[in-house]
Amino acid sequence: MTAYLIKRILWMIPMLIGISLISFFIMHLAPGDVTSNEASFNPRASEESRQKLRELYNLDKPVIIQYGLWLKRISQLDFGNSFASHQKPVLWEKKDKSGNITKGLIQESLPITLMINLLGIFIIFSISICLGTLSAVRQNTWIDRAITLFVFIGFAIPGFWLALLLMYWTGVSNHWLPISGLHSPGFQSFSNFGQFIDLLKHLVLPVSISSLSGLAGISLYVRNGMLDILHQDFITTARSKGLQENKIVFVHALKNAILPLITIIGLSIPGLIGGSVITESIFAIPGMGKLFYDSVLMRDFPVIMGILTIGSILTLIGNLLADIGYAWADPRVRKGLVK
Amino acid sequence: MKKKFLLFTIFICSILTINCSKESSEVIDYNRKFNSNSGGTLINAMSGEPSNLIAMIAGDSASSVIAGNIFNSLIKYDENLDYAPELAESWEISNNQKTITFKLKKGLKWQDGQPLTSSDVLFTWKLITDPKTRTPYAADYQLVKKALTPDPLTFKITYADSYAPALDTWASLHILPKHILKNEDINNTFFSRNPIGSSYYKLNNWISGQQVTLIANDKSTSGPPLIKKLISRIIPDTSSQFLELTADNIDLMNINPIQYQRVFPARKDLQKKISLYKELGNGYTYLGFNLRKAPFNNIKVRKALNYAIDKEEVIKGVLLGLGESISSPYKPGTRWNNPDLKPYPYNPSKALKLLSDAGYTKNNKGILLKDGKPLKFEIITNQNKQREMTAVLIQRRLQEIGIEVSIRVIEWASFVNRFIKTGDFDVVVLGWSLSLDPDQYNIWHSSQQGPGQFNFLGYSNKNVDKLLEVGRKELNILKREKIYHEFSKYLLEDSPIVYLYAGYGLSAVHKRIKGIKQPTPPAGIYHNSYDWFMPKPLRRNEILE
Repeated sequence: MTAYLIKRILWMIPMLIGISLISFFIMHLAPGDVTSNEASFNPRASEESRQKLRELYNLDKPVIIQYGLWLKRISQLDFGNSFASHQKPVLWEKKDKSGNITKGLIQESLPITLMINLLGIFIIFSISICLGTLSAVRQNTWIDRAITLFVFIGFAIPGFWLALLLMYWTGVSNHWLPISGLHSPGFQSFSNFGQFIDLLKHLVLPVSISSLSGLAGISLYVRNGMLDILHQDFITTARSKGLQENKIVFVHALKNAILPLITIIGLSIPGLIGGSVITESIFAIPGMGKLFYDSVLMRDFPVIMGILTIGSILTLIGNLLADIGYAWADPRVRKGLVK
Repeated sequence: MKKKFLLFTIFICSILTINCSKESSEVIDYNRKFNSNSGGTLINAMSGEPSNLIAMIAGDSASSVIAGNIFNSLIKYDENLDYAPELAESWEISNNQKTITFKLKKGLKWQDGQPLTSSDVLFTWKLITDPKTRTPYAADYQLVKKALTPDPLTFKITYADSYAPALDTWASLHILPKHILKNEDINNTFFSRNPIGSSYYKLNNWISGQQVTLIANDKSTSGPPLIKKLISRIIPDTSSQFLELTADNIDLMNINPIQYQRVFPARKDLQKKISLYKELGNGYTYLGFNLRKAPFNNIKVRKALNYAIDKEEVIKGVLLGLGESISSPYKPGTRWNNPDLKPYPYNPSKALKLLSDAGYTKNNKGILLKDGKPLKFEIITNQNKQREMTAVLIQRRLQEIGIEVSIRVIEWASFVNRFIKTGDFDVVVLGWSLSLDPDQYNIWHSSQQGPGQFNFLGYSNKNVDKLLEVGRKELNILKREKIYHEFSKYLLEDSPIVYLYAGYGLSAVHKRIKGIKQPTPPAGIYHNSYDWFMPKPLRRNEILE
């Protein structure tokens, strides 16, 4: 097992280099660089100055040399500084010579996105498992159909539209919840608990909107898995033994039905750091989605590469964790009985 | 069952009462007269986050808006767009028009209490012209041959040749503190997010991606502002901004023509608490021809297309009437605009006449042909809803007289690099700003056609070249006025672009803000935002001061 793990981890290095090489070249295929953003279409900004900027950012060098420079930096775990947001560090905070700390772009956005996505995943999984189990147990009744209808509406409804309606209903006509942002304007003067409640209130809408579309997939997965299990012989045996139906469903069947979910959780780890541009823009949340989108529009290469690299590392780790988790949870896999 | 029904009724009733009680508590008459007093917090919304607060290396509009509250320039534009003193109390132009001497006001201080002197001004000039500084704006300041500070209150600059836009460039250069920045690398300094300035406000805190809070600077060089705290919330989506405005959570935002013309007139509740303002914006939209390509190198074709486009219709359709048609690249109503010039009227028959003079004939399907080839071209524009709609309206009008037009919309960076820089396009729909200084050398002079330069349409006219050369050397305002009136006339006659519209800037401002000048002066409503005030009874109570 250990040898297997080490092999898997070592394999990740050439894979990462390959991914970064491809991303780097694709990124440079798009016309333009950071000096061609909209603000630079200003008659005051001369072409000579823009050429000078290109030289200062090494953008005048051939792409392969730029990649080499990037690789050299990244091997020292330095993700570089952003072009567009005035040399802010891409990944983590840096200290200047007088001891002032400038926070990293990903460092600032990642916790927000992680928080929303973790809450979202928690909500999606807990609701989906309930809904899926319920519709499997009540298969082909009106409850089953109502649940399926509900999750599909949730899946199909345009998130931004529902978001605006809910913002209007809960924020404008009924002042129940704040409309956008993560904090109220004067939140610094609140107590710690007050700030926490303030944050939770701001998260209700974005988290619900981003969870809604995830319900359909997972709950149908649980429903089908559950139906499969409920028709297996050991369930019939349990029933004939006279076990309580509750115990059969929640202890014996459910455990087996949610096994495949481990793979899904593992696969959703890279998704944890990606935010939705639309949700984040509408709710004015400075998360990873907006950061990535803006950096693509600005051709802010260090930030694009930083996010892609971290994303690919997490994808590889996620895959590994899913495999390990599966082996841990399922004795058949652990003992090599099932591949 | 009964119990359930009872619970349900209670639930419904409680929702109704919540709604009623809320409405009855909100009777504030915003239209009463209030005395001006200081204090209060103004919250506005911005779509983008400032990249940093040093304007010379920032370049985005969010940065310059916030930095403009913190830093001063030597001079500024007053409400009528004439030059007025800011840090400098006076300035003098030498007889040969090459030397400008600025006299600073006495007793100026930075927000940290250090004196602000001419050495700070000299330092700022050295900084922006330093080749290591990552600024795109150095060119104007590199024209200064010699800069001197004979004493702490005097700053004297000499140009190699007289340069008329000089004052304009000094009105837009924020003066930075030497005592803080002299040992810093301007390209990578903590200062850019923790500035020390001299103007009305100072930075209080900045939560990345969320909000920037400014508070009044008690050492301000221009006296204290009445509103003590400015919070700028970063809300990228304009519909969300609008919801925040209607829920009283923000005090001002820029709105679009639909909100101005359709939403507000239909909402009595909003009219009670929000005022709308419109002022001529700072830019115009045009249709530009690639003059290096046939058939656009033929003036008859360009004029014909100009006559065939209905500008009034575009203004009505795209801006819901909230714009003006223009006939020179200057703001209507300012001295640089030539009042004798009139836009090309919509006249399709005249267009057809010009096209037949140019050798085009209609075939039996109504398509214009010359030498067997149909007249067809592609309009390209960037992802901008108004420009896309404009292109569609133009496409329809040109189709009517037998011209086949296709439209392509492209993301900005690709648009500039793939099409504009290479000159690989037929026709563009784009915008230029209506600059306050009339110099348009970079846009229209025939020498400015290299890749990445701004005369990408390839316009060249000897008379215009001469006028632009003379115009940027002439500092006498009346003489300059004549030069640029003449220039506009040539430009309209040659028709290298079709002026489509200059749109209004539309703002919605909560009525708790008082002191906004009406009617709107040429410089717009924001020019006196430091005299705005918020009467005590109208302030939000949730924000502690």
